[in-house]
Amino acid sequence: MTDPVLSVQGISKSFGAVCASDGISLDLRQGEIHAIIGPNGAGKSTLIAQICGGLRPDAGRIDFLGRDITGLSVPARARLGLARTFQISALAMEDTALQNAMLGALMPRGGRLGFFRPVLRNAALRDTAMQALERVGLADQAALRTAELSHGQRRQLEIAVALTLRPRAFVMDEPMAGMGAEGSRQMTAFLEGLREEAPILLVEHDMDAVFALADRITVLVYGRCIATGTVAEIRASREVREAYLGEDA
Amino acid sequence: MSREGWINAALYAGLLAVPLWAWLADEPFTITLATRVAILALAGVGLNIALGLGGLVSLGHAAFFGIGGYEMGILASHAQSYSPLMETPFLIEGTKSMPIIWLVAVLASGLAALVIGALSLRTSGVYFIMITLAFGQMFYFFAISWPAYGGEDGLSIYVRNGFPGLNTLDPIQFFAICFVLLSAALWLSARLAASEFGLALGAARQAPRRAETVGLSPYRLRLLAFVISGAITGLAGALFADLNRFVSPTMFSWQLSGELIVFIILGGVGRLFGPVAGAALFITLEHFLGGLSEFWHIYLGLLLLLVVLFARGGIIGLLAGRRVAHD
Repeated sequence: MTDPVLSVQGISKSFGAVCASDGISLDLRQGEIHAIIGPNGAGKSTLIAQICGGLRPDAGRIDFLGRDITGLSVPARARLGLARTFQISALAMEDTALQNAMLGALMPRGGRLGFFRPVLRNAALRDTAMQALERVGLADQAALRTAELSHGQRRQLEIAVALTLRPRAFVMDEPMAGMGAEGSRQMTAFLEGLREEAPILLVEHDMDAVFALADRITVLVYGRCIATGTVAEIRASREVREAYLGEDA
Repeated sequence: MSREGWINAALYAGLLAVPLWAWLADEPFTITLATRVAILALAGVGLNIALGLGGLVSLGHAAFFGIGGYEMGILASHAQSYSPLMETPFLIEGTKSMPIIWLVAVLASGLAALVIGALSLRTSGVYFIMITLAFGQMFYFFAISWPAYGGEDGLSIYVRNGFPGLNTLDPIQFFAICFVLLSAALWLSARLAASEFGLALGAARQAPRRAETVGLSPYRLRLLAFVISGAITGLAGALFADLNRFVSPTMFSWQLSGELIVFIILGGVGRLFGPVAGAALFITLEHFLGGLSEFWHIYLGLLLLLVVLFARGGIIGLLAGRRVAHD
């Protein structure tokens, strides 16, 4: 078996008396979608923040591409190829979809920013951004300001920005959030094909999407990892049902 | 050309036409007014890079304006008294040469912006406003209590500094110098706004979390914008001191920082020609209303209120409509 792309080893994080992460370990392997599920307040957001660099764990370490990234900043991790999408779209609303999509490609590994050349006349950058927009189905909206896009289109643009980073792994925080049934279905189909490009660590509340997509699932409850396994294993686990899935699983 | 482009062109042509007319009509005072507009617009163009592009509301840009002014005053006063600034470890003499004064003004205010920015940018929002204000006030009180260069009374320079091949005491020639420098700063500002750096800085302003997750460091982007911004405002300060042939601590006053912000809000935040429109309107109002009443600021206040309530894009926004992507 090859080394995992991303590996989280026993990270813990407390806020006062609240233990948001309690010795969590998990890994993300090449070509897989690894879903993280858990009830509200289970510590999913805290876990993502530690993986992406917004929060520093109190203990434990995080390796990415065989390298210890526990001490690296958010931008440094992004430059290594760790792409994140947000639950609530974080986009430059005054700029166009195309300009937003370019953001991921601005900082190719170790690159420098240009100061004089108009960014919209940079053909390479423009192509990269257009390709990403085409892939998520936003090519026709490229010239629209992000503020004019619908909620679902902004979710798609979130993914496009992550794509232009040409990532080695994705961390997606509820990509289906607030999308209708049809939007969720399209997003599911899109993510299905994306795993070959880079593995995805997926936090999602939409269980249909999780069960359709995930190769493995990790269940978090109260900051602890109570189970990791395939979809079938997680569905069969009594502990998981009691803790989280409830009657409808 | 977009509508905003036409408006900018009209403003630019107007700022050139008025002093040319005044020159032909032999109205040197009007030329001086236009020169004031050009210099204050230059200071505003500097601030607009931090405020408009970077979203950094600095209430301390008078620090850079004053550094530019005092730098010119110090160099020129040593030149006019034929006493060197320092002799050990190496000799530094004063100078009356504008290009050297400009270069030193840009470097000195840029360096000050680097230090002030590096500390202030660790905060944001109202704390950033307060800490930049505090730095500005530090310079103000330092200038007041520095007797070597005039203290509270300021410093007079008897003859305007020179520029090779020009008679800088001729109002229209001095205006031309200021106008060319303003044009250069506008050009630089437009290039920056449309560049990769401008896109990244805009992302850091609108969605800082996004900027970080695509590998950009908002802190470094803002610091760089702050340094460029401070350097341009410092250059304007050196020209302003040259226009008046006088430097005083009021160049460091927080009221001046406030006026620079007023120019930008009147003209249009983040608009290329916003500071030009704002400074022109401000000086025009000051000239005409100031002649009617000492308390003309009350009308400025009313105008500002109207702009903030009903025309958030300032004059340029009102005339040109919403900003379009620069393609």
